[in-house]
Amino acid sequence: MYGDKVMEHFRNPHNFGELKDADAVGKVGNPTCGDLMWIYIKVGKNEKGEEIISDITFKTFGCVAAIANSSILTDMVKGWTLEKAEKVSKEDLLKEMDGVPPIKIHCSILAADGVKAAIKEYREKKRKE
Amino acid sequence: MKRIYMDHAATSPLDAEVLKAMEPFFSEKFGNSSSLHSFGKEAKGGLDWAREKVAEAINAKPKEIIFTSGGTESDNLALKGIAYAYRSKGNHIITTKIEHHAVLHTCEFLEKNGFDVTYLGVDKYGFVDLDELRNAITDKTILVSVMHANNEIGTIEPVEEIGKICRENGVKFHTDAVQTAGKVPIDVEKMNIDALSISGHKIYGPKGVGVLYLREGTSLEPQTLGGGHEFGKRSGTENIAGIVGLGKAMELAVKRMARESVRLALLQDKLSDKIQERVDGVKLNGHPEKRLPGNANFSFDFIEGEGLIMHLDMEGIAASTGSACSTKSLEPSHVLTAIGLSHVQAHGSLRISLGKDNTEEDVDYLVGVLPPIIKKLREMSPLNKDNVKEFENFGDSEHKH
Ligand SMILES: Cc1ncc(COP(=O)(O)O)c(C=O)c1O
Ligand code: FES
Repeated sequence: MYGDKVMEHFRNPHNFGELKDADAVGKVGNPTCGDLMWIYIKVGKNEKGEEIISDITFKTFGCVAAIANSSILTDMVKGWTLEKAEKVSKEDLLKEMDGVPPIKIHCSILAADGVKAAIKEYREKKRKE
Repeated sequence: MKRIYMDHAATSPLDAEVLKAMEPFFSEKFGNSSSLHSFGKEAKGGLDWAREKVAEAINAKPKEIIFTSGGTESDNLALKGIAYAYRSKGNHIITTKIEHHAVLHTCEFLEKNGFDVTYLGVDKYGFVDLDELRNAITDKTILVSVMHANNEIGTIEPVEEIGKICRENGVKFHTDAVQTAGKVPIDVEKMNIDALSISGHKIYGPKGVGVLYLREGTSLEPQTLGGGHEFGKRSGTENIAGIVGLGKAMELAVKRMARESVRLALLQDKLSDKIQERVDGVKLNGHPEKRLPGNANFSFDFIEGEGLIMHLDMEGIAASTGSACSTKSLEPSHVLTAIGLSHVQAHGSLRISLGKDNTEEDVDYLVGVLPPIIKKLREMSPLNKDNVKEFENFGDSEHKH
């Protein structure tokens, strides 16, 4: 049902667990089946002074695809600027997933929403400061 | 890696003795049982033998045994066949919310075709309430269909009492005994059963063959028309090899039932005790005692079942779950919701159904590999006892759209 890459990330997920002193948490869920995902980010700066995701972790309540896409996406956007990460496309994430059944698409792209929600929360927090 | 099969409620391996009984009926005794010559007679011999074996097993007469293509067809034939045959008497059918889809979807079909169906709820153990059943019967009621034991949570329904109520009210009673035939004693006389479904592949017999028991004198509108096979109730040249296999499987199951049911119940008790001892936040679904021998259904807090099944599979263990993520509809099991589980609890369900080849060692192995898997999935889950209330029914139909 799933490709090798999904199974490998499901078996040994990267970046899972709570991120201590995260700058923001994006909490998303999908009522289709009831999956939930928390994306924790820490924001730093690169040499150009742009804000980047310096660290990122996830917590996911969901199926194999939900866990695997959390792992794959967090790997993918680590080090990206916020500007780039906030535009991460669901198509790119699906491509990275390399084969999921159609019924699993809804949760195979959820982490993209998660990272967007986290960046949004970070920006709102900063505005209030 | 060693592989341990613990999903016998889904299907079971063909017994070697069953295979041996079937073998001659493929190319040696290949005849058509309707033919007059000796080839036909050989086939007819196998058919009659199997019919007798099945009849004996449930205290029925051979002429009350109709062979079908499996449990699904038997359920379809019983419901549609009886509903249409008694249509002039009434159009009301009573069933439960926890039936197999073979019954539920047939009831939905009948609803679209002029019948009214009452779906009885169940209590937290999965039991039908007998007073509720009594109250649901009206002068339009023609048929009650309540499963003997539930395939997910294993709860054994009080079919003898249900049969009595139906008899007193002059209503036909069908029971889906796919999970119980050959595992729990069945006596269609004592239990006042008018129709009963059996499937071959749950009892170490072949797939694609089943039985509908139909009490003598019960009318049935055939759903497959043709050459008038199976007393005109189900036409089509018989799957003799399969039927002989089912007959043999039933014979063996009955012979082994007394010992095997005790052995499986003890194994299941051990399994449940050990899991509850080693893992927090777990509950056994179904009734602690009145359940299918060898069936254990757990809900683990805060985790999702598809991932759990895949982790167990990587450890060589085959089991199943009622999680929404594992179904074609992305809805949680209708059985688990009917017994009052939240969406989240249904997500974390695990069904273990033990069978004849499972040993104490297998149970010890499962009990050893399970706790670390649960621990890992929980570390990955955003849910915990402080926030679970807020999300317990996230994904419910009401939240959709
Ligand atoms: C309770 C119940 N009824 C009906 C069926 C359908 O039987 P079959 O697979 O032979 O069509 C099953 C098994 O899937 C079952 O568990
Ligand atoms: S998280 Fe439920 S189907 Fe993927």
